[in-house]
Amino acid sequence: MASSFSIKHQPGFTAIAATCFVVLYLPIVVLVVYAFNAAASTSEWGGFSLKWFQSAWQNTQVIDATLRSFQIGATAAILATIAATMAALATTRTAAYPGLTFKYAAINQPLMVPEIVTGVALLIFFSRIKIFTGYSGLGYLIAAHTAFCIPFAYLPIRARLENMDLTLERAAADLYATPWRTFRRITLPLLWPGILAGLMLAFVISLDDVVITEFVKSGGQDTLPTYMLGQIRRGITPEINAISTVFLLLSVAIVTLFFFISRKRD
Amino acid sequence: MNWKTTATAMGLALLASTSGAFADGVLNIYNWGNYTSPDVIKKFEEKYNVKVTITDYDSNDTALAKVRQGGTGFDIAVPSQTYVPIWIEEGLVQETDPGKMENFKNVAPEWANPDFDPGRKYSVPWALGTVGVVVNTEAYKGPADSWGIIFNTPDELKGKVNVVPEMNDVIFAAIKYVGGQQCTTDKEVLKKVRDTLVAAKPNWIAMEYNTIEKMDAGDFKATSDWNGSALRQRLANPAIHYNYPKEGFGLWSDNVVVLKEAKNVENAKLFQNFIMDPENAAGLSAFHRYANAITGSDKYMPADMKDAPEVVIPEADKPHAELQLMCPPDVQELYTKIWTELQK
Amino acid sequence: MARAEEVAREAERRDIRTRWLLSAPALVIIFVAATGPLLIVLVYSLLTPGPYGDVKWQFSSEAWVSVFMERDIFDDTLSLAAAHVTIFWRSIKLAIVTTIATLALGFPTAYFMATRSEKTRDLWLFLITIPFWTNLLIRTFAVLQIIRNEGIINMALLKLGIISAPIQILYSDTAILVGMAYVYLPLMVLPVYASMEKLDFRLVEAGYDLYATRFQVLRRIIFPLVKPGVIAGSILVFIPAIGAYVTPSVLGGGKNMMLSNLIELQFGQGRNWPLGSALSIAVMIIVMVALLAYVRNAGRSEVRHG
Repeated sequence: MASSFSIKHQPGFTAIAATCFVVLYLPIVVLVVYAFNAAASTSEWGGFSLKWFQSAWQNTQVIDATLRSFQIGATAAILATIAATMAALATTRTAAYPGLTFKYAAINQPLMVPEIVTGVALLIFFSRIKIFTGYSGLGYLIAAHTAFCIPFAYLPIRARLENMDLTLERAAADLYATPWRTFRRITLPLLWPGILAGLMLAFVISLDDVVITEFVKSGGQDTLPTYMLGQIRRGITPEINAISTVFLLLSVAIVTLFFFISRKRD
Repeated sequence: MNWKTTATAMGLALLASTSGAFADGVLNIYNWGNYTSPDVIKKFEEKYNVKVTITDYDSNDTALAKVRQGGTGFDIAVPSQTYVPIWIEEGLVQETDPGKMENFKNVAPEWANPDFDPGRKYSVPWALGTVGVVVNTEAYKGPADSWGIIFNTPDELKGKVNVVPEMNDVIFAAIKYVGGQQCTTDKEVLKKVRDTLVAAKPNWIAMEYNTIEKMDAGDFKATSDWNGSALRQRLANPAIHYNYPKEGFGLWSDNVVVLKEAKNVENAKLFQNFIMDPENAAGLSAFHRYANAITGSDKYMPADMKDAPEVVIPEADKPHAELQLMCPPDVQELYTKIWTELQK
Repeated sequence: MARAEEVAREAERRDIRTRWLLSAPALVIIFVAATGPLLIVLVYSLLTPGPYGDVKWQFSSEAWVSVFMERDIFDDTLSLAAAHVTIFWRSIKLAIVTTIATLALGFPTAYFMATRSEKTRDLWLFLITIPFWTNLLIRTFAVLQIIRNEGIINMALLKLGIISAPIQILYSDTAILVGMAYVYLPLMVLPVYASMEKLDFRLVEAGYDLYATRFQVLRRIIFPLVKPGVIAGSILVFIPAIGAYVTPSVLGGGKNMMLSNLIELQFGQGRNWPLGSALSIAVMIIVMVALLAYVRNAGRSEVRHG
């Protein structure tokens, strides 16, 4: 790459990117290594051991919390991405029309409020509904997560749409493809990287949330972050490292699997 | 990867997460994080064939706010003594009359009729503790039985002191240090409190909760802390000592109450009675590492807790212990302002 | 002639209706689970605090006054709420620095990812997200492990004999910035990548054909083209960073309040829900103004394309 002139090359960019990846993975490596630490402290090395995996495996509270985080995150991320994609299609590539600014503002609104405020507001509001309907399931958490995930999913999708070439879609429409067909065959594949980025962002954001969940959750609805929040006062054990390690390995395995499957098919 | 495979992956992930099955009865406990012994819960589940869920909170205020709004689905909560009167006054708890329960006879006399719940009509003691000063004696060998460690830090400890950021505890300690009464409205005293705090802050390295591991690792050499946390620190590092400040130190107790909106009242009552049994109370203590108010539980206590100076307050220090009270709202407002001034 | 105009207008009307239908799900969810409940906060900011949290249904403007002014508890004089200003400014400053840091690191990284072969791009995308499949608290604690006095950096430097005593990085402003940049990086990389991935390199080639330097190409061609992504990324980092407090308190030691701590104090131990509500709305207004100014400014110089 260095010998011939590459138009894609920018000096220093690869070095920065490489540094970025190293820096991103360094704490993760430490996290994984300390999951195998025999000592209870996270600051000294006491030899190799699997005991934290065992104790995490027996700790049903932490397992349940992890699964619940994943469940809420996946559901909310998918719902948010679908809603955000539709909203992005409705708010880009158009002349200004009445209500467009309102839509921008409304969609980005969940971003502008500190979590604690949304948390308290939702606590007051959802409690009324819980008492009124008697339903206190995961629906509230999923709704809350979906709402604050939408702007995160929306922005990359919109950014992608704005840069997208319209000629192909016009061509499809000229060939009498139905709007749905045009969307599925032309727009969606072109938009896909944006959607994927939005989905990933939404999922990550949902996994991170502590405060809103803390206020909205009902009995038996701890997620991994709220569980950890409760642990901080008493010290976090390497059990959390073990759980995260398993979680990471699982996600890496799933991603790798699908990556290779889709590659083969292409 | 195309959109279909991604969608399938996400779908599979959703299916993988399932919900648990239910036993005859259910009991939903709302408690501080990492505070509920899984062994004792298991014993309770087996004895009464009840499925217990535990959900965590991290502060009295969060718990109060949530329960007051209602619809939480919890049966039981464990507020501190300062908050119990509010819960009662606001009508959030049921009168289950633990005073008449079978195991109530085990409750130590000094905790059988507390001011925060006269006659024990609502609450059952869960844990007892104190707030004191923890010092690593390798870093500082001088006398440490004073809030001066925190508020007038000796040179050896400067820049190595942590303060647990519990507003009411810190202001209580500062008031005691300047020689005032808790919940005071005396402006002279409060002014001294503020000045003491503001002057002391530059000597602190942090204000955080995560003390056990940081004391052990050496990030902190001294901290204000709860006694159970101090016990864990000493067990990890014998050089760490817990001290009862001679100016006066706070005493607290967390108490099990049954919520008015509880759906499983009978199970909740069974639980209240269950934890007043000495063996079970000892089981709870063995996990959360604090003392309990149940006489006869000491013979079931783990060996490292029986005579631990953190758990059993030495006779000489007992006169300096004082049960912390909930201050009236106008006083609380003053405290909040001082606190904001301190942390701005 | 008139007829054609009518048909066009009818088509436009139908287009707008479709657009409303398409945005309906997002709007409904947000209204139910985010915006609607905020009206409660607005109302609460105009009420009297309840004795033990919550509110009394009695009008009061006290909360709004105390956002800006404070009455000294000792001499009872009214002055500008210096504590609030300090805390607001601290959070805003941190958010700005974090945004710049993530952009400086994230832009080249996104560029690197976008210039990989089409087949491996998805792999890079996953590689950048995987560290973030662990939650914020865990990530922050992992950073703490590395920078603390007994952490890897200090241990390595000690072993190599570069330093003789550990450097105190933890509990410093540097620690906060490192942590913030770390936890918010993907919020910058992903949107920038999403718009860069579409970059038409024929335009870049054209630039070089016209003897542009690499830097000119970057500044005049690449940057304008991916601007929507940069704007999106900056918003996604800046706003959550203003409300951040887990990372600042774990890595900074929690001695100084962030905006979120201040608001949380009012809803928690301070038991002044109206003040908490008023502060939150003040934050919202500041963020919105900043956002509008930013988007308008950025939009002005935007190059239309496509």
